[in-house]
Amino acid sequence: MTKVKSLADLKKMKETLQTKIDIREKGDASESLVQIKVAMATCGIASGAKAVMEFLMEELDKRGIQAVVTQTGCMGYCYAEPTIEVKLPGKEPVIFGYVDNKKADDIIEKYIKNGELVDGIIPTNFESIDNK
Amino acid sequence: MHLLVCGGTGCRASSSDAIVESLKSELAANGLENDVQVIMTGCFGFCEKGPIVKVLPDNTFYTQVKPEDAAEIVREHVVKGRKVARLLYTDPAKNEHVSDSKHMGFYRKQIRIALRNCGFINPENIDEYIARDGYQAIGKAITEMDPQQTIDIIKKSGLRGRGGGGFPTGLKWEIASKNKADQKYVVCNADEGDPGAFMDRSILEGDPHSVIEAMSICGYCIGASKGLVYIRAEYPLAIKRLKVAIDQAREYGLLGNNILGSNFSFDIELRYGAGAFVCGEETALIHSMEGLRGEPTVKPPFPAESGYLGKPTNVNNVETFANVPVIILKGADWYSSIGTEKSKGTKVFALAGKINNVGLIEVPMGITLREVIFEIGGGIKNGKKFKAVQTGGPSGGCLTEKHLDTPIDFDNLIAAGSMMGSGGMIVMDEDDCMVAVAKFYLDFTVEESCGKCSPCRIGNKRLYETLEKITKGEGTMEDLDRLRNLSQVIKDTALCGLGQTSPNPVLSTLDNFYHEYLAHVNDRKCPAGQCKSLMQYVIDPEACVGCTACARNCPVNAISGERKKPHEIDTAICIKCGACIEKCKFNAISIQ
Ligand SMILES: Cc1cc2nc3c(=O)[nH]c(=O)nc-3n(C[C@H](O)[C@H](O)[C@H](O)COP(=O)(O)O)c2cc1C
Ligand code: SF4
Ligand code: SF4
Ligand code: SF4
Ligand code: FES
Repeated sequence: MTKVKSLADLKKMKETLQTKIDIREKGDASESLVQIKVAMATCGIASGAKAVMEFLMEELDKRGIQAVVTQTGCMGYCYAEPTIEVKLPGKEPVIFGYVDNKKADDIIEKYIKNGELVDGIIPTNFESIDNK
Repeated sequence: MHLLVCGGTGCRASSSDAIVESLKSELAANGLENDVQVIMTGCFGFCEKGPIVKVLPDNTFYTQVKPEDAAEIVREHVVKGRKVARLLYTDPAKNEHVSDSKHMGFYRKQIRIALRNCGFINPENIDEYIARDGYQAIGKAITEMDPQQTIDIIKKSGLRGRGGGGFPTGLKWEIASKNKADQKYVVCNADEGDPGAFMDRSILEGDPHSVIEAMSICGYCIGASKGLVYIRAEYPLAIKRLKVAIDQAREYGLLGNNILGSNFSFDIELRYGAGAFVCGEETALIHSMEGLRGEPTVKPPFPAESGYLGKPTNVNNVETFANVPVIILKGADWYSSIGTEKSKGTKVFALAGKINNVGLIEVPMGITLREVIFEIGGGIKNGKKFKAVQTGGPSGGCLTEKHLDTPIDFDNLIAAGSMMGSGGMIVMDEDDCMVAVAKFYLDFTVEESCGKCSPCRIGNKRLYETLEKITKGEGTMEDLDRLRNLSQVIKDTALCGLGQTSPNPVLSTLDNFYHEYLAHVNDRKCPAGQCKSLMQYVIDPEACVGCTACARNCPVNAISGERKKPHEIDTAICIKCGACIEKCKFNAISIQ
């Protein structure tokens, strides 16, 4: 891996990474993947997030759905762990709470395949600094 | 089209199930059941105006919806595309209906600054941090500003330490920067030992790079090339993620020599704590890192003069650090526009206890306890009555009903007899006994006291014993006076912050819940029914039908009575196990 040598370098790097992530998130025709983030902090893992993450990866693969599954930190909804965020190409991300394998299966079949929402969405209830 | 109905505990209590049913049947009546989906969601954080129904994709936000309103929502909004004005949220300031939740400015009571990346990025991938402006703040500092200018931004922002004390961060850095030495240290305090607190752990697990970046900014400001994170060994996931992050930062040259082509060099090492609460105190923490006993020493000298290995050392809390990069990038004015006059920015709280939405929240300073507990927190579990909220952990106190509308900031909490502490917030309901709560915290303190000074070592033990005596129904009025006096003496004479604040839970409960202490002492009763020794199981002879179920299940044969005749409990034998209450189908047994 190369070192970042100056602030200008870092800014350039940010732009490329940002575009890469934007493409991944907003999707252009070639790279329109489903993106799933699993909250994997201590609270999430304690309530089974790891198993759900494995389940999602396996099942999406088996069912031939192109998706990126990544881990992230605590989303703050500890009462509803495990929580996952699902982002369909071109859509706002949706957060689902209390996701066990059965729920994950529902999410794949209904939301990811058909865009139908399923019960247990958690509305975002905070403002992030990006839109301030 | 989607109709989202809040299925959070608050809204569910006020009939959201029935709303879902009526919406579904109205849709079916209009032949729309296949086109419009009705979905139950989690809490919107707006419970006071619940039940909430939100319509997607137009983001219409209906409040206080009743099942009877379903027909109108379907007929008007879904079929004709006309919003139902009377159900829209009314902005109290402007007295106007707000039709789109995106414009409900303050509906979102939380602002995420320290938690900006938690739950968004993959904490084990530095690229995701960089894509969200990561390491630009250290870049900006070393390329465009000198250390004093950088310190000035932090000073002007009004950022105060989030580890409990609330000391102005910029000022702390300035003091450390002015002390001359060949080597200085930046220490991140990640000891987080209060019961119920998990803010710092979550930040390190969700966004370790923000802390690493901030530590190097601090190093640049005070002239230190070494950083140390003191983290408890019980946080394995946080440790793992920090290690991964440090390695990645080194690979990119964002830690190490000549960062970003400048002549500033900085690197970070981890030090592990064994999980003693007192090691969170900065002097004890430093001694523990030096391999000595984790005991506090008298200040001065402050760490900024003589800290780790006798060198000037700047200690800050995890959350304090997590705020720094954003402040550098967005500016002091932006940051100080959030919060109250003397407490700027936001605070992360770990909401726990008898509250519906247990979780991690970040709110602007100045928000009220009522908003935190009844809106974001979704109110009290099982519809019980709110009694108190404990802030500041073992050093803090209990706030009550009368403090619900006090804006939360460092100074107001102290004035109310508690403190901000590191951000644990434990909510209690009518079933919690406040004497037992005070005893719980004292038990913790006695356990965690390092024993170096006698007011804390012996005094807290005596406080604990007195509280125990009271919860057993053996307390006297003199004991109540003794609690107060001894508490004051410990506060005045203990060596470190642990002892100086440990009587706070006792004093604040004495102040706010004196009647509960009196009930224990004078009436030998625990009003909350928590103190086992003061409980009595009694059978109501009117309600008892003599079914014998209780008697057959009592493990110590404390219940006697003839079949079909009222039974009786012999309180001298009863061990208060509660088995009989569960077995009685006639609600004839109660605790008094
Ligand atoms: C008994 C005791 C325990 C403490 N525990 C912690 C802790 O776990 N984390 C923390 O950041 N500060 C803790 N502190 C406060 C530290 O001594 C110190 O003030 C703080 O780390 C400074 O950082 P700040 O200015 O960023 O708040 C504790 C203090 C006392 C007296
Ligand atoms: S106050 Fe308690 S913890 Fe602090 S030095 Fe004294 S004995 Fe140790
Ligand atoms: S509480 Fe337990 S010991 Fe007491 S009477 Fe009931 S069953 Fe027996
Ligand atoms: S179980 Fe209830 S009703 Fe039956 S004997 Fe005991 S107290 Fe009376
Ligand atoms: S807004 Fe519905 S339960 Fe909180």
